[in-house]
Amino acid sequence: MTWIWANLDLIWDRTLDHVVLSVPAIVLSFIIALPIGWLAHRYRASRGVILTVVGLLYAIPSLPLFIILPIIVGTSTRSPLNLVIALTLYGVALMVRVVADGLASVDLDVRQSASAVGFSTWTEFWQVELPLSGPVLLAGLRVVAVSTVSLATVGAVIGVQSLGSLFTDGFQRGIQAEIIAGIVATVVLALVFDALLVYAGRLLMPWTRSRAATTVTDNAAGSVSTAATPASENRSREIAR
Amino acid sequence: MIEFHSVTKRFPDGTVAVDDFSLVLPSHKTTVFVGTSGSGKTTLLRMINRMVDPTSGSIDIDGADIGTLDPVKLRRSIGYVMQNSGLLPHRKVVDNVATVPMLRGMSRKKARDEALQLLDTVGLDRSLAERYPSQLSGGQQQRVGVARGLAVNPNILLMDEPFGAVDPIVRAELQQELLRLQHELGKTVVFVTHDIDEAFLLGDQVVILRTGGKVAQVGSPGEILANPADDFVSTFVGAERGKRSLHLENHGAGDVLVDGDGRLAGVLVPGSKAGPLAGSGASAQGGDPR
Repeated sequence: MTWIWANLDLIWDRTLDHVVLSVPAIVLSFIIALPIGWLAHRYRASRGVILTVVGLLYAIPSLPLFIILPIIVGTSTRSPLNLVIALTLYGVALMVRVVADGLASVDLDVRQSASAVGFSTWTEFWQVELPLSGPVLLAGLRVVAVSTVSLATVGAVIGVQSLGSLFTDGFQRGIQAEIIAGIVATVVLALVFDALLVYAGRLLMPWTRSRAATTVTDNAAGSVSTAATPASENRSREIAR
Repeated sequence: MIEFHSVTKRFPDGTVAVDDFSLVLPSHKTTVFVGTSGSGKTTLLRMINRMVDPTSGSIDIDGADIGTLDPVKLRRSIGYVMQNSGLLPHRKVVDNVATVPMLRGMSRKKARDEALQLLDTVGLDRSLAERYPSQLSGGQQQRVGVARGLAVNPNILLMDEPFGAVDPIVRAELQQELLRLQHELGKTVVFVTHDIDEAFLLGDQVVILRTGGKVAQVGSPGEILANPADDFVSTFVGAERGKRSLHLENHGAGDVLVDGDGRLAGVLVPGSKAGPLAGSGASAQGGDPR
């Protein structure tokens, strides 16, 4: 414990390094996955190919990737950019399937009615399909965030500083408290990211919380129609299909 | 005025949904397409706002061939109401109604103000404006759907089985509401249903379709009831009849029976013992064309 109190500054600095590495990777993987996931969702022919190829990215072991990437991109092996690119690739690998599934989860009736009232393909994507796939995207993004925070520690092995540096340093110098501090700080950071995403989801998707929040009465539409509860109508809807 | 000129729709799998269909849908009147599943009625409706394009033939709105118009612009100028309301679940009621005016470039504030007035028009309390569609009953959702359809003050209102998924009591209420609205607004309404009662109640012109998008008969409810074109029509018209206490009215094309709600209910078959109580069962079946 004394090591921790004596090195709070160091832990804080490594935490900031970790944030600087993982936040761009999480944001970039979401932005890059959107168009690729949309392509996979939009065209049946491309779906299988895109999802397989992108999914395979995740199978690339991280250490060789850190060595190959600089050769392709032209960064130095020890550059943080190298690590951010690698983390982004892994994030994209997870997120593309989520985007495709999220877009596919949007109710066909809603999509058809949106185009019937005059949404163009472009406005329909941004104003209808994207927000409505929000819950699925959020679930996927939470996985990406936690996995990115965890993967970023590997950077320590190639010399990019992060909370992972606390493990490598702790192992080399035999300071157990430093190793534990690195592990705990990584987990806490992952939990903080997760909590922030959940909070952002609540702010951005208020309609997901309102379901079944209020009791439905038909009094505004006349007293005779109180017989129409949503439950009974959902049932009749199922029967109608 | 909407005109279909020899319109045929063949889907890629070879199904003929609509076969050489020609018809004029007069302005400010309600035309109802009625038929069983597979009769092409929804396809016909969706061709009017180019959700479906015909394989051959053309459709004119007020003399302009819609095949030459931009589909997105066309759709923004036509009201559309569908089964299960088709509302956007992530937008509040008022924003749903304001959607199309905003797509057409109206400011958010003005669109929302007008949307609140439209809620009045369709008989919804303004207190529902800030709710999400999932917090409304099915009947209320359909009213919001109608309000959205009216939001750009379109000349044409397309209604695709809008009352199909609500219970009979709410449905009857919504039908009366539509009749009231239509009386006030005088839109060119195109309405699709499989319910012949609904068709006769709402339609100025009723188009009975048989499988494959062929017209079995076109006419006013009175004309169809008085002179069913063939066995198919008389069966279709009669199959769902069963209202009691009918009385005779002359609708120009011949005598028809009208039930207590003012619905056209059948024709009087000569020789049957059609009394006020016993009559409806026999005559309303309408199985014997004259």
